[in-house]
Amino acid sequence: MGMSFISYLINGLSLGSVYAIIALGYTMVYGIAKMLNFAHGDVIMIGAYTALIAITQSGLPPVAGVLAAVVVCTALGVVIEGVAYRPLRNASSSLAVLITAIGVSYLLQNIALLVFGPNAQTFPSVIKWDGVSLADGKLNISGVTIVTIGACILIMILLMTFVQKSKQGQAMRAVSEDRGAAQLMGINVNGTIALTFAIGSALAAIAGVLLCSAYPTLTPYTGAMPGIKAFVAAVFGGIGSIPGAFIGGLLLGIIEILGRAYISSQMADAIVFAVLIVVLLVKPAGLLGKKIQEKV
Amino acid sequence: MKMLKKAASVALAAALALSLAACGGDNGGADSRDPDKFYIGGIGPTTGDNAIYGTAVKNGIQLAVDEINEAGGINGYQIEYSFEDDQGDAEKSVNAYNTLKDWGMQMLVGTVTSAPCVAVVEETHADNMFQFTPSATSVDSIQYENAFRMCFSDPAQGVASADYIAENGIAKKIAVIYNSSDPYSSGIRQTFEEEAKSLGLEIAASEAFTADSKTDFSVQIQKAKDAGAELVFLPIYYQEASLILAQADTAGFDPIWFGVDGMDGILSLDGFDASLAEGLMFLTPFTADSEDEKTQTFVADFEEAFGDTPIQFAADAYDCLYVMKEAMEKADVTPDMSISDICDALKTSMTEITIDGLTGTQISWTADGEPSKEPIVVQVEGGKYTVLK
Repeated sequence: MGMSFISYLINGLSLGSVYAIIALGYTMVYGIAKMLNFAHGDVIMIGAYTALIAITQSGLPPVAGVLAAVVVCTALGVVIEGVAYRPLRNASSSLAVLITAIGVSYLLQNIALLVFGPNAQTFPSVIKWDGVSLADGKLNISGVTIVTIGACILIMILLMTFVQKSKQGQAMRAVSEDRGAAQLMGINVNGTIALTFAIGSALAAIAGVLLCSAYPTLTPYTGAMPGIKAFVAAVFGGIGSIPGAFIGGLLLGIIEILGRAYISSQMADAIVFAVLIVVLLVKPAGLLGKKIQEKV
Repeated sequence: MKMLKKAASVALAAALALSLAACGGDNGGADSRDPDKFYIGGIGPTTGDNAIYGTAVKNGIQLAVDEINEAGGINGYQIEYSFEDDQGDAEKSVNAYNTLKDWGMQMLVGTVTSAPCVAVVEETHADNMFQFTPSATSVDSIQYENAFRMCFSDPAQGVASADYIAENGIAKKIAVIYNSSDPYSSGIRQTFEEEAKSLGLEIAASEAFTADSKTDFSVQIQKAKDAGAELVFLPIYYQEASLILAQADTAGFDPIWFGVDGMDGILSLDGFDASLAEGLMFLTPFTADSEDEKTQTFVADFEEAFGDTPIQFAADAYDCLYVMKEAMEKADVTPDMSISDICDALKTSMTEITIDGLTGTQISWTADGEPSKEPIVVQVEGGKYTVLK
């Protein structure tokens, strides 16, 4: 019993770390551009396909595959922002951008369907390390889990340092605070938001590779559900807050797995969302949404 | 820039108006039908999660239609055939049905998966159109007398799997991992568990997952492992099954895996490590590796036409067409009959015919649309399907 509890916890951590890394991208874009980029999950899918092609068809080493995915996704993110979101940024209703984001999400899925076909592809293991075995092999923490959590923490620290310390980071915070005032102060708002999307999409590429390493099938719909769950994780932790996304993601994964294990395997998602409702009732801004004065 | 935008919107509006006009002009249906041809439609997922099934059915029908047309058609009339994609979704399936009706469809082969079939059978029942599904297994998918199926029903698969496991003494302690959001999966699971218990087998764990959480199976695997299951029954499709096999391998859990017809196709999954599926058994009415001459010819023709080894769904679909041919010849159906008259004639003649097909011999139908035939069990050995029974 005790042993299975710990192993459930580890499984939760491994699922949660994937949610966390996706949620970081969501929260980054929301915090600065103040928009929900629902296409984030699908950028993840494109990143995973890029890595898959680079590794299996071009025969590149995994690291180069990840880099290729980062480059493609960064470019994709900037293009999506420039073509689909920027023209609508000053539209009278903020719903316009939201609907466009949903449209972009479907567009990416359908393009992927056309290009890669509907059949599931098995993703090669990018992380060769078997992980750590504890208690005479009864508990296994996979290499992917450890790498994902490590990557999450590293990215979180880098992002926070960048946003707090660098000049561009300062511009981002200014844009986040008041776009109009930032523009008056001579900040290039369009450039800053494009940079935000570039960073968010580069994170999506890394998330895509890690997601598909942990759960090795890839279809054009692979990014959709984890994208939504990660969005929930970001809201859970306080959307716009970088450490919030990390904690929200991990907690969401653990709650999902424990709920499935001890309450009901059918009700796992319902439990996750019930917990979200309770958290939002008690702390409407999410777990860390209030503590941090300046979002991001 | 502004001019450009205006021009673009005008062009778009014009395109929209044109497409609407095209809709209005196309009243299609019976009027535009060639009176000397049978119009047979097919529906199934050629994109989306279950695309392997839909594509197999589409091609299976195509092969049979081409052969029948070449050999002189049915009662001397050629067949026109059209296939619509439903992505395995009930709503899209009903839309596909309406599209085919506009095209002039007189008989429907489909749909491929259960949930859409349940929706479409309501429509065909209302229209009294003959419907013949190659592969929708849920009980409700042929709940009306106008609908028949080529494959086994869910209850039949559940019972047959439990019987096979008990009769051959494969395992005593069994865990089940199923998709509770899918009527196909939960339907098989229910009859399997009932039958297994009545045969004295122990269901040590029965764990669900849903369409929204089908990537992480660690809990279900852990529970099956903790319960000491010797065999895990997977009444699910191959895509999730491939993840379960991989995750169980990581968790160091190596039971006997037993699936049903949804498992067919697992070895064609791109990049799938076939060694994970070594020893996997599943119930299926057809395997391309059969020595049977009829099967060999079919497999060779199919590979030549589509460059792909046919799976059970293709064989079911191919059989459907020959069964319909037999039934239509028996009832002297002609293309000038109304949709409803064709359906009424086939309702009777379907129960009177007995046919040898790819998916069974001496297959016959009862009035409730269920076929009677024997299943075979296939095992993965050395990366290939081998027939056990």
